[in-house]
Amino acid sequence: MLFENVSAETLGNIYVGLLGLAVLLYAILDGYDLGVGVLIPPREEKFRDDMIASIGPYWDANETWLVLAVGLLLIAFPEAHSEVLQSLYIPATIMLLGLILRGVSFDFRAKVVQVHKRKWDLTFKYGSLLTTLAQGYMLGIYVTGLRTDLWAQGFALLSAIGVTAAYAFIGSCWLILKAENNLQAKAYYWARRGLFALSIGIVAVSLANLTLHDDVRDLWLSSTIGYVLMAIPVACFLLLSLCGVLLKKLPDAGGKGEWMPFAIALTVFVLCFTAFGVSYYPFVIPGHLTVQDALSDANSLRFLLVGVVIVVPCILAYTAMVYKIFSGKSEKLSYY
Amino acid sequence: MDAFLLSRLQFALNISFHILFPTITMAMGWFLFYFKFRSNVTGHPVWMRMYRFWVRVFALSFALGVVSGVTMSFQFGTNWPGFMERVGNVAGPLLGYEVLTAFFLEATFLGIMLFGIRRVPNWLHTLSTLIVAVGTTMSAFWILALNSWMQTPQGHEVIDGVVYAVNWSEIIFNPSFPYRFVHMMLASGLTASFLIAGLSAYRMLKGDDKLAPKLALKTATYTAAVLIPLQIFAGDMHGLNTLEHQPQKVAAMEGLWDTTEGAPLLLFAIPDEESRENHFEIPVPNGASLILTHKKDGKIQGLNDFEGEHPPVAPVFFGFRVMVGMGFLMLAVSWLGSSYLLRGKSFPLWLKRVFAGMAFSGWIATLAGWYVTEIGRQPYLVSGVLRTQEAVTTLPPANIAFSFTMYATIYTILLFAYMGTLMLMCRRAVEIEEISTEEREMAKASKMSPANT
Repeated sequence: MLFENVSAETLGNIYVGLLGLAVLLYAILDGYDLGVGVLIPPREEKFRDDMIASIGPYWDANETWLVLAVGLLLIAFPEAHSEVLQSLYIPATIMLLGLILRGVSFDFRAKVVQVHKRKWDLTFKYGSLLTTLAQGYMLGIYVTGLRTDLWAQGFALLSAIGVTAAYAFIGSCWLILKAENNLQAKAYYWARRGLFALSIGIVAVSLANLTLHDDVRDLWLSSTIGYVLMAIPVACFLLLSLCGVLLKKLPDAGGKGEWMPFAIALTVFVLCFTAFGVSYYPFVIPGHLTVQDALSDANSLRFLLVGVVIVVPCILAYTAMVYKIFSGKSEKLSYY
Repeated sequence: MDAFLLSRLQFALNISFHILFPTITMAMGWFLFYFKFRSNVTGHPVWMRMYRFWVRVFALSFALGVVSGVTMSFQFGTNWPGFMERVGNVAGPLLGYEVLTAFFLEATFLGIMLFGIRRVPNWLHTLSTLIVAVGTTMSAFWILALNSWMQTPQGHEVIDGVVYAVNWSEIIFNPSFPYRFVHMMLASGLTASFLIAGLSAYRMLKGDDKLAPKLALKTATYTAAVLIPLQIFAGDMHGLNTLEHQPQKVAAMEGLWDTTEGAPLLLFAIPDEESRENHFEIPVPNGASLILTHKKDGKIQGLNDFEGEHPPVAPVFFGFRVMVGMGFLMLAVSWLGSSYLLRGKSFPLWLKRVFAGMAFSGWIATLAGWYVTEIGRQPYLVSGVLRTQEAVTTLPPANIAFSFTMYATIYTILLFAYMGTLMLMCRRAVEIEEISTEEREMAKASKMSPANT
């Protein structure tokens, strides 16, 4: 069998790395389209059409990263999958309902009579909001190590708002890149508001995070890795400040550098995720279950690894190709 | 109600709703590729108009399939944790391959298919259509490999109750897999054919006398007429395979309690599991033996040989009859339609109505067939390896009752919205002009060109 020499330990690291990659790509990619959904203005129909057109060709594939992430958790760490999702059964159900509603309204809105269109637009908006809040809440409870006490609930609520703000921010940066004229101006406004909320969110979550697990606090405050970790919030802060300046200047720059806010948002997502990943490694459930303890049979994982090595680079390549094909300002959404 | 019953109901609801849409998209992907191919070859604009109409139906069906499929990937862990604990080493990689080789392919290239025609060269658009069709088929390949392994497991070993994979090609190409795969692909072909034919007939009933619906109706009717005899044959082969590996399922399908030589074929009966007998039987003597063993006095094992190990009889028994009945109805209707088409006649009004009425008939046959095979596997989740009862969650029943109610409500609304939207799209298509200005100019130009004068 291929990869016979790969030890179980290495396999665990490979799969947790893949899981991390899938979650990160999901958060960035579905993040911006969920964010655009959350921002849908109920009153201005023209905006709604253009906003939805900007995510049209991408959302299906973006959501697939969630299926891959949940699938990898299920396949490589089945014990963690069932424990996490059974503990988070109700919020997970709410998230799924949100995803169902937004996914279908996207398609229904384009095909129904005008009077029903607004209903599906609102379903799209509130379905997106339900999803982002539920995801943030789940992330919060997950980080606490699946605690259910009042402090953990409070943290999870904070995280729900933080994640929604983060998605709305990256969503408005996406719109700056993709939209023109009035909508773009509106997107700058949303991005400035989102930036503010996100900054507060990052500070609050970082501080609250230090109170949750002793070993995480030790890692951040006393070890050498701690310096590197500490550099991350500082870097985020600097990047977001730069973004704040850009958001003021760019509207008058005549279309130059429109990609920069999105690039900064993307970098901030990567940095925050790295800090999170380093803090909790080697746990798949923080403070609770390690990668090695949760790992499923090594031979099955080796069999799947063959496919992963061949297919994942292809997926990344054709995803990049699609982004290139549809680069530039989004066109009016016409099914063809 | 306990967590077991609620989890089963919820899973049945989710998977029943989910399968409706892949059943359509798997074959419709190939229909779209055919339309695009004909458009490229003939250059006649009608093929592209058909493509444009049906790609929107495809997109809507695909979206419903995606969102209902995402919920499935959560349910394994939430409601059936024992499934992954015990057989995850086999099920996991098969699901993983499905996500990697199919889902991304479909979802990514669908974007090009729907929105890319002005941005990419024509060959890439055609290729994307082909890739999406291949993707949907790959997805069926992997998920049916897993389902078939659950029916007829092999290629594994069990250590301390946990299944470990030994031979992957034996696992993937397990005894029932080739039959199930062919049977399901044909089912999808028929479902899509009857949907295309039905909605096209509906458009014509609403006064659409353009070429596109006529051509779509013709293509789909011929496809159905070719596929249905193949399906009846494949179904029979699948039945024989089931008799070999899961005789208790066949006994339930036939409603046969005692092992019999020369078992009758029951056209109708009401199986009673309390008294272990049938009421109101309408038998065809020796029929079942003749079909299953190809001998008049062939011996068929009855349910009483499997007491406590066989599935609930009534749903399997009736599901089988609904599926077969629908199959023969499809045979009659598609052949009748083809006979009109072969003689170059258009359909009479009543036949258009019949086709329109059967637009969703593939769903009924497909669901009935899946109920036969899935309920027929009970009380096992993986035949002989894992009982359904052993895999269930310990979640509080109230939580599952909540999620079940939510899913049931939303799915009901979506089902009506989906069917209603398809009908609306048909009615709207009636008003759309056949020939665009551009094409009219093209036609004018060709008339004026020397070749035509």
